[in-house]
Amino acid sequence: MGSQVQTDTMIRLDNVAKVFAGASQPAVANLSLDVDRGELVVLLGPSGCGKTTTLKMINRLIEPTSGRIEVDGRDVMSVPPHELRRSIGYVIQEVGLFPHRTIAQNMATVPKLLGWDAGRINERVAELTVLVGLDRSMLERYPTELSGGQQQRVGVARALAADPPVLLMDEPFGAVDPIVRGHLQWEFLELQSRLGKTVVFVTHDIDEAILLGSRIAILNVGGVLEQHDTPERILASPANEFVESFIGGERGLRRLALRPIGEAVVSRGPVIDITGTPDEAVRLMEEHGVSWVGLLSGDQLLGWVDASEIDGRPLAALTPREFLVSLRSDSSLRSALDAVVTSHARMAVVVDDGIYRGMVDLEAIAEEITE
Amino acid sequence: MILAQAASSLFDWDWVGRNIDSIWRRTVEHLALTGVALVAGIVIASALAAVAIRKPRTYPTITAATGLLYTIPALAVFALVAPLVGIGTVTQRFITAEIALISYTLLILIRNIVTGVNGVPAGVREAAAGMGYSEGERIRQIELPLALPAVMAGIRIATVTVIGLVTVTSLLGLGGLGFFILDGLRRSIIFPTEIIVGVVLSVALAAALDIGLLGIGRVLTPWAREGDR
Repeated sequence: MGSQVQTDTMIRLDNVAKVFAGASQPAVANLSLDVDRGELVVLLGPSGCGKTTTLKMINRLIEPTSGRIEVDGRDVMSVPPHELRRSIGYVIQEVGLFPHRTIAQNMATVPKLLGWDAGRINERVAELTVLVGLDRSMLERYPTELSGGQQQRVGVARALAADPPVLLMDEPFGAVDPIVRGHLQWEFLELQSRLGKTVVFVTHDIDEAILLGSRIAILNVGGVLEQHDTPERILASPANEFVESFIGGERGLRRLALRPIGEAVVSRGPVIDITGTPDEAVRLMEEHGVSWVGLLSGDQLLGWVDASEIDGRPLAALTPREFLVSLRSDSSLRSALDAVVTSHARMAVVVDDGIYRGMVDLEAIAEEITE
Repeated sequence: MILAQAASSLFDWDWVGRNIDSIWRRTVEHLALTGVALVAGIVIASALAAVAIRKPRTYPTITAATGLLYTIPALAVFALVAPLVGIGTVTQRFITAEIALISYTLLILIRNIVTGVNGVPAGVREAAAGMGYSEGERIRQIELPLALPAVMAGIRIATVTVIGLVTVTSLLGLGGLGFFILDGLRRSIIFPTEIIVGVVLSVALAAALDIGLLGIGRVLTPWAREGDR
């Protein structure tokens, strides 16, 4: 095994160019790019940079004018297009679910084309339903009966149906509202961490690229590769002026998006178990210089009460109010900063599935950043 | 004849009773003339629509030509076709009639097929290609089923149009239910019962087929029903 010189490249673009008929400028000019097995590479750039053209050349929806594209060591031009495409997952912004087929039938598209038997297809559809977090009751519905976010989940399930090693995604979360987009991005990250597909992901949204990409390929107009590196390194040292202006003015903030909160930032904060006495609660508030206290029951965070509400009463008898801003311990420093700036008390609680982890305040974040 | 005139009422039920066999035969004839025209019309229109879809530049020419056919009065078509085909035998008259009937279905059918197929969203087409459908599979399994509501709408309009036009072929000695209308008018004293039978039955036939086709369309395209869930 060790002596094998097999590189871990899953997709290789070698000097690929595309000139559309009648166009004076190439859409993509001599692009070379390697995508490692299990990696999520984002093709990022302004419109006209050839990112979608590049993506579509990988599954031959567009054929290159020159150059060579290999997927898993195979020259894509040596495989009949429909066979090639059945082995590559494809998700697009318009989703493109087939309106005349039920959700289950849509998910079964590629397995059916591959000639799987009905039993195996049903089993796979059931698996996929769980995988993308859809309700079983939706399987017999038609696409128009689903929300945009649900349709996009079906789109992802359909692309994953035959378990292809490679997934091509063309602005897949671009058509849904920002809240749903956020959910879909996190779900997809979680899914990808379990499945480890090789993904090529097209977007023009720099924040999406930073969140999802293990590496980002920044393309300029005409398919010129300006920088191909990890999000961290692109933000820290943009290769040139184009990259610098494209990723925008908030580089410092965007880098925070790449860093998890970290234990150093989280402190216990003014919290007390409801078995404690009112006097202890008052002392705790004085120590922290605040006029409120968080109430715990074991490791569960119940909420907070104001100093005036305690008034010598047993803590268990109080009605705590919910913390409006809360984070998870895997949240990024950027979202922590945003949460703290948004909250009235200039702090945010960190809670994982109901279990209290601590609090974050502006000072602690500032200290972490300057380190 | 004498009995019919003796009845003073506008509608003579006795005549209907005595001619029930003939009414049945003419109804079947009416359906046959309609059916042949529709089937042939659908075949020809599908071929022309396929050309128009593959080569969009031909579409204006195809609609102009079939549009012209649509505007020529049925009588004029008979006059034009009859000398070419002849009207000596029943077969010749049948062919003459069908050419006229078919020519009226083409514009409606072609337009609806092309609109239906071109109405398939670009994203659906792209996803189908990206999933690995070959072109033939994509047309048969994705595009045609999705065009079906528009195609069925075209077939319904064509059916109603042809049922009405079949009555005119009575001038060629055919005509299905149109025979009664013409016969009622040709008598020395106009015989309303016969005309009413011809008119009412052909209208009823058109309505029945229209509703039937609507039902078939609904069964074939359960996904296209709006607001029933």
